[in-house]
Amino acid sequence: MSTIVSLPDQRTATLPKKSYLNNEQGLLSWLLTGDHKRIAILYLISITVFFFIGGAMAGLIRLELLTPQGDLMSSDTYNKLFTMHGVVMVFLFLVPSVPATLGNFFIPMMIGARDLAFPRINLLSWYLYTIAGILMLTTMVLGGVDTGWTFTTPLSTHYVNTHVVTTGLMVFVAGFSSVFTGLNFIVTIHRMRAPGMTWFRMPLFVWAHYAASILMVLGTPVLAITIVLVALERTIGIGVFDPTRGGDPLLFQHLFWFYSHPAVYIMILPGMGVISEVISTFSRKRVFGYSAVAFSSVAIAVFGFFVWAHHMYIMGLSNYSAMVFSLLTMLVAVPSAIKIFNWTATLYKGSITFETPMLYVFGFIGMFTIGGLTGVFLGTMGTDIHLTETYFIVAHFHFVMVGGMLMAFLAGIHFWWPKMTGRMYPEGLSKIAAVITFVGFILTFMPQFVLGYLGMPRRYHAYPPEFQILNVLSTAGATVLGVGYMLPLLYLGWSLKYGAIAGDNPWQATGLEWQTASPPPTENFAKTPVVDYEAYDYERLEEMQKREVTTVG
Amino acid sequence: MDNQAINETLGAGALADGHAEHVSLPQMRHHFETEEQQREAASLGMWLFLLTEIMFFGGLFMAYLLYRNWYHDAFVAASNTLSIPLGAFNTGVLISSGFMMALAVWAAEMRKKGLLVVFLVLTTILGLVFMGVKYVEYKEKFELRHVPGESFDISRFVNPTPEARDQQHLPVDTARKTELFFSLYFVMTGMHALHMIIGIGLLVWLIARAQKGDFSAGYVAPIENFALYWHFVDIIWIFLFPLLYLINIHPGR
Repeated sequence: MSTIVSLPDQRTATLPKKSYLNNEQGLLSWLLTGDHKRIAILYLISITVFFFIGGAMAGLIRLELLTPQGDLMSSDTYNKLFTMHGVVMVFLFLVPSVPATLGNFFIPMMIGARDLAFPRINLLSWYLYTIAGILMLTTMVLGGVDTGWTFTTPLSTHYVNTHVVTTGLMVFVAGFSSVFTGLNFIVTIHRMRAPGMTWFRMPLFVWAHYAASILMVLGTPVLAITIVLVALERTIGIGVFDPTRGGDPLLFQHLFWFYSHPAVYIMILPGMGVISEVISTFSRKRVFGYSAVAFSSVAIAVFGFFVWAHHMYIMGLSNYSAMVFSLLTMLVAVPSAIKIFNWTATLYKGSITFETPMLYVFGFIGMFTIGGLTGVFLGTMGTDIHLTETYFIVAHFHFVMVGGMLMAFLAGIHFWWPKMTGRMYPEGLSKIAAVITFVGFILTFMPQFVLGYLGMPRRYHAYPPEFQILNVLSTAGATVLGVGYMLPLLYLGWSLKYGAIAGDNPWQATGLEWQTASPPPTENFAKTPVVDYEAYDYERLEEMQKREVTTVG
Repeated sequence: MDNQAINETLGAGALADGHAEHVSLPQMRHHFETEEQQREAASLGMWLFLLTEIMFFGGLFMAYLLYRNWYHDAFVAASNTLSIPLGAFNTGVLISSGFMMALAVWAAEMRKKGLLVVFLVLTTILGLVFMGVKYVEYKEKFELRHVPGESFDISRFVNPTPEARDQQHLPVDTARKTELFFSLYFVMTGMHALHMIIGIGLLVWLIARAQKGDFSAGYVAPIENFALYWHFVDIIWIFLFPLLYLINIHPGR
C-alpha cells in the first residue's frame, strides 16, 4: 500500500524551539491564556475526561442489559445512569467535541488569522464549560438525576425528586459556553480572514463550523429560557408547563426540541467538516462539488430549524402539522445526501491511501449513511409510531452520533495530532484501533435495530428473555468498543514523548495550517499569509515542493 | 513574544492602511490587523449577542402568544390590574434613558469627556428610576397576592371589589388562568429587569472608565456596543408594555 506520509529525517529533525506549547511555562500561563491553541488543548483534556465518565456509564448500562432480569442495579439507579450518560455525552462531549477543540485550534489557522476575534471570550467559554462540568459532577455526587436527557415535563417538574435544578443549571451554563464559541467563530470567519482568503477559498471545515455556529447562536438561547422556566416551575411553581394550572407540557417539548433538534446538527456538522478535509488529503483531490458541499452545510443549518416536531409525532401533535414536519424532515436528507455523494465522488479516480484518519472516515461514511437512512424511517409518521421509544431510535442516533460524530472526531484528532503536538502517533497500532472501533461499534448497535424493530422499548432495565441473545451481542460489542476507545488514549499519550517528529506537513495537505511549524508558534504565522489560490489545490502544492527541491538541491 | 507580535501587527496594519505614520491606539489587541477590523469585529459580535437575546426572549413571547390565545378572558382581566399610568411613565423613562445613551455615544465620538460622563450618569439615573417604579409595581402584586405559587389568590377576579376598574366576574376555572398571566408577567418583566440590572452594573463600570478618559481619544467601541445592548433592553420593554399592559384598554366594554 502506498503512503503519502513524508516525515523529516528522524536523526536530524527537532521540534521548533519556540511554539505555543513552550512559549510560556507554568499552570497559570495555561489557565489565563488567550491563545486559541492552548484553549483548544484545555478543552481537549476536559472533554476527554467527560467522554470517559459518560462512557463508563454506558458500560454499566450495557452490563445491566446483559441479562433479562434487573440484577445489577435497581430500576431507579438504571434511570439515573442512562439520564446522566445522555446529559454528559450530549452537553459535555458531543456539542463541544469538534468545535471547541479542533475548531478552536484550526479555524484561525485555516483562514490565516493570529487568533479568534475574542480571545478572552474564548477563555470564558472554557471556564463556563468547566463550571458546567463541576455542576454535573455535583449532581452525580448528590445522587443524580433521572428524567432522561430531555427533561420532559411534567415528569421533571412534578414527579421526580432528583437533582433536576442542578442539572438544568449545568445545561444553562454549558449552553452559554456553546453560544460564546459559536459567536466567536462567526465573527472570526467574517472579520479575520487573511488577505485573499475569500469565502469560496475557505476549507470546507470552516464552512461546516460556520453553519454549526449559526445553530449554536440561534438555538441555544431558546433552550436556556426553557430550562429557566422548568427550574422556576420546580422551585416556585409558576405553572407555565403545568396542565393543572392551564399550562401546556407540549409547549415545553416544542421549545426543547426547537433547540435540541438543531443541536444534533451542531454535533454532526463540524464532524462533516473534518471528513471533507481528510478525504481530500488522502485521495489527493479537490473535494468534488466544493460549493455544493459548502452550501449543503448551510442548508442543513437552515432546514434543521424547521423539523423539530418530528420528535413529537406520538405526543399529541395534530396530523396536519405532523405531515408538514414529516415532509420537511425528508428535505434535510437532501443536503446530507449531497455531502455523502460528493465525498464518494471525491474518492473516484483519486490516489487513495489508507492512513488512520482515512480509515475513520470510511467508518464515518458507512455508519452515517446507515444512521441517516434509518432517520428517514423515523421521520415517516407511520413507521415512527411503531419504532419510536424503542431500541431502533437508540441505534439510530448512536449510529449518527457515535458512529458518525465520534468517528469524525477521532479522524480529526489523528489527522491534526502531528500539527497540534509536533509528533506522529504510531501508525500500525492506530490502524488496529480504528478497525476495532468499527467492529465494536457495528456489533454494539446493529443488534439494537433488530431489538427495536421487534419492539424492545428503551429506558427499561429489564426485558423479556427472548431479547437476550441480541442484547448479549450488543454488550459484547460495547466491550470491544471500549477497547477501541482506550487504545487511542494510551498511544496518543505515548506519542507525546516518543512519537516520530512530524515536520510541518506530514500529510502533504494544502490547508494554511500546514504551512507553519508543528507545533505552531503562538502567533500562528511568521507573517500574515496572502492567499491567491483555491482550497485543496494539490497541483500547486506539488509545484511549490518541486521548486523548493531544485533551489535547495 | 508579545512585543514582537505587536510590532509585527502594527507593521502589517500600517502597510494595509497605506499610511505609515498611522499611530495605533493602546487598546488595540495584538491579533487584529487594523483598528477598523477590531471595531467591526466587536460590533458584529455585539449584534450576534443581541440575536441570541432575541431568541432567548423569543421563547417567552411564544409562550405568551399561546396562552393569550387560549385564555384571552383571563389575560384581559389580569392585564386590567396592571397600572397603565405607571407602565406608560416607565416607558417614557426608558425611552429617555435610551436617548441619553445615544447622546453619550455622540459625546464619545466627539471626544467630549465631560459630556460623556454626564450623559452616562443620566442614563444610569433613568435606569434606576425605571427599577424603582418596577419595585412599586411588584410590591403591589405581592400585597394583592397575585404572585404565582402557593399563595396565589383569585378572589379578586371571581368577586371584584367595587374600586377595581369595571372588573367582570370570572368563573373560577377561568380566573385560575390569571395565574399563568402573572407567571409570564413576572418571568418576562423579571428577565427584562435582570437585563436592566446587568446594564446598570456595566454603566457604573463605563462611567468609571470614562472619568479616567478611556473613551475620549477615539476608542469608543465599548460605549457603542453598550449602547446597542441598552437600546435592545429598551426595545424588549417596548414590546412588553403593550403585550402586558394594553391588552384591553377599554375595560368593561
